[in-house]
Amino acid sequence: MTPLKRLRRLPPGSATGGPAETDPRLSLGGGGSCVRLPARALTAFALLYALCGVAHAAGADLGQAVKQPTNWTAIAMFAVFVVATLFITKAAAKRTKSAADFYTAGGGITGFQNGLAIAGDYMSAASFLGISAAVMVGGFDGLIYSIGFLVGWPVVTFLLAERLRNLGKFTFADVAAFRFDQTPLRVFAASGTLVVVAFYLIAQMVGAGQLIKLLFGLEYWIAVIIVGGLMMVYVLFGGMTATTWVQIIKACLLLAGATFMALAVLWNFGFSPEAMFAKAVEVKTGLATAAGKPPDVAAKEGFSIMGPGGFIKDPISAISFGMALMFGTAGLPHILMRFFTVPNAKEARKSVFWATTWIGYFYLLTFIIGFGAITFVLTNPEFLDAKGGLLGGGNMAAVHLAKAVGGNVFLGFISAVAFATILAVVAGLTLSGASAVSHDIYATIVKKGHADSAAELKVSRVTTVLLGILAVVLGIVFEKQNIAFMVSLAFAVAASANFPVLLMSVLWKDCTTKGAVIGGFLGLISSVALTIVSPAVWEATLGNPKGSALFPYASPALFSMAIGFAGIVIFSLIDRSQRARQDRSGFVAQQVRSETGIGAATASSH
Amino acid sequence: MESLTERVLRDPKYQELKGKRSRFGWWLTLAMMIVYYGFILLVAFNKPFLATRLGEGVTTIGMPLGFGVILFTIVITGIYVRRANAEYDALADEIAKGALK
Repeated sequence: MTPLKRLRRLPPGSATGGPAETDPRLSLGGGGSCVRLPARALTAFALLYALCGVAHAAGADLGQAVKQPTNWTAIAMFAVFVVATLFITKAAAKRTKSAADFYTAGGGITGFQNGLAIAGDYMSAASFLGISAAVMVGGFDGLIYSIGFLVGWPVVTFLLAERLRNLGKFTFADVAAFRFDQTPLRVFAASGTLVVVAFYLIAQMVGAGQLIKLLFGLEYWIAVIIVGGLMMVYVLFGGMTATTWVQIIKACLLLAGATFMALAVLWNFGFSPEAMFAKAVEVKTGLATAAGKPPDVAAKEGFSIMGPGGFIKDPISAISFGMALMFGTAGLPHILMRFFTVPNAKEARKSVFWATTWIGYFYLLTFIIGFGAITFVLTNPEFLDAKGGLLGGGNMAAVHLAKAVGGNVFLGFISAVAFATILAVVAGLTLSGASAVSHDIYATIVKKGHADSAAELKVSRVTTVLLGILAVVLGIVFEKQNIAFMVSLAFAVAASANFPVLLMSVLWKDCTTKGAVIGGFLGLISSVALTIVSPAVWEATLGNPKGSALFPYASPALFSMAIGFAGIVIFSLIDRSQRARQDRSGFVAQQVRSETGIGAATASSH
Repeated sequence: MESLTERVLRDPKYQELKGKRSRFGWWLTLAMMIVYYGFILLVAFNKPFLATRLGEGVTTIGMPLGFGVILFTIVITGIYVRRANAEYDALADEIAKGALK
């Protein structure tokens, strides 16, 4: 009997203890004793509530994980992925001869392909496992969370995409520094890039280590070495071409796997969302009843997954966090870099459209997967540990559901894809960090724009190796740390430093070098400083007593973005230097190029 | 380069392109802001409304609204890209042809 059929035969509320105790069919679900179920369900419920806070942060971080038995199917499937991507890297290496090939794949990626690659950069393992887990715990709250990650894309499209493509060549600093004094602006842009990349990278490396324990049943350090080593091979030899194709393949696999899971869940409910919701409410109500709640309270708790719960406490945190996600998307260097891989503005726009479509579709799927986890995972003792929590921890919702709907082989597939996802994201991050060092610092500042392509390529490769080693070291150093804040910090820095400078340099005629650099650094410093004194770091990571955090809100973006923008405006307006006149007079020519594309960098010919 | 810029600036089509695109872009940005922050404020201030049942079943008004925000995001991006790729790019090409002649 397939697991799916077995699940369907379980009576409603079987995990609640009520009818289950007398139902012999439950023993099909695996070794669990029926009599112990109420106690189990009780702790399960308590644990789920305790997890609630963790799971929301889990969109960004996978937390500590418990090592699982070695999963050879998953390891074999991951090995197939690695072999396939290494062949692609070999092919890409033949075409990676110049700096342009390394940074932008020669500008020859189509809009559709690039859209998939952007979606791949954005759909991290943490968002797949974390958001589906958040939906399983909080229902509607998980949806609110995922919407925040999507709404930045139209802003990128309307205000930046084509201007980026028309003005830039390799990095977003090309755009931000277009009419300004190169050295100070590039120093700022490289700092902004490296800070964002570092925080994002730590989150990914630690996530990889935790995931390998869960998914493959291997040790933490093995994951860190595998990810660090393979990523270096992709980036070193295949540059942007290999990184893009790894990203495209991974995006397709992840979308296909998630689609299958969502369809399997919906199929069980005759493709009726109402039936799925009704069953989920019933399961949650049953869990609350088993926890000893009176019927009316239990019914209310069960129904609470259908509306907003505790995710948004105060409006300031909500708006601030929303702004970090919305505008941070428009300031992530590894995403911005993708706009230079397409031949022209038309393809740049198409790529954001496809990226938005795929990412939106992906979040719909994770929502269905989260509800599927409520109905199929929380009701099945096979997936619950002795204490009643999910085997392996809260983030295993989607992984257990994969087994429930597709058996062991599909479980292996999803595990391999989830791990490949981290690998691909890390490769993209490293590439953008390496470009900031070689193109912005070495070629533009040190060599004053006169570096030859071969030397620049060499610096990129050396930087890639250094970043790879750094990533491995950071991954090991941060193993035991609470790093739940890292990705939201990366978004806050991107929104408060990179985005304001980019937007103002492109759209505001009176912006000057001094204004952009001072305002940008103010945004960078304030977003990091406010995060350090916020509860997530001050209390949760540094261990200070509860309530001692100076900054009470979940995200600094509302304040640090205001500081960044105000800094740019004020220091530009009071700037009366010779350079400022030059900066302002350069605006018209910059605008002509950004609007019409005349003079824009073209795809290099081979 | 300077003369090229001046030639483009003299072209009335350039002013048309700049004005049209900038207006359209900002309007759509505003629409996206209203929809998203409207949704967030609704979550912050009127949770019971979002948890109102639509009919006999358990589906609440928040579900179609939440899915609606996702759909809106995709559609509004599509609308801009469609118009920019057809209308604005044609205009930009004409300007470029005129200036580079």
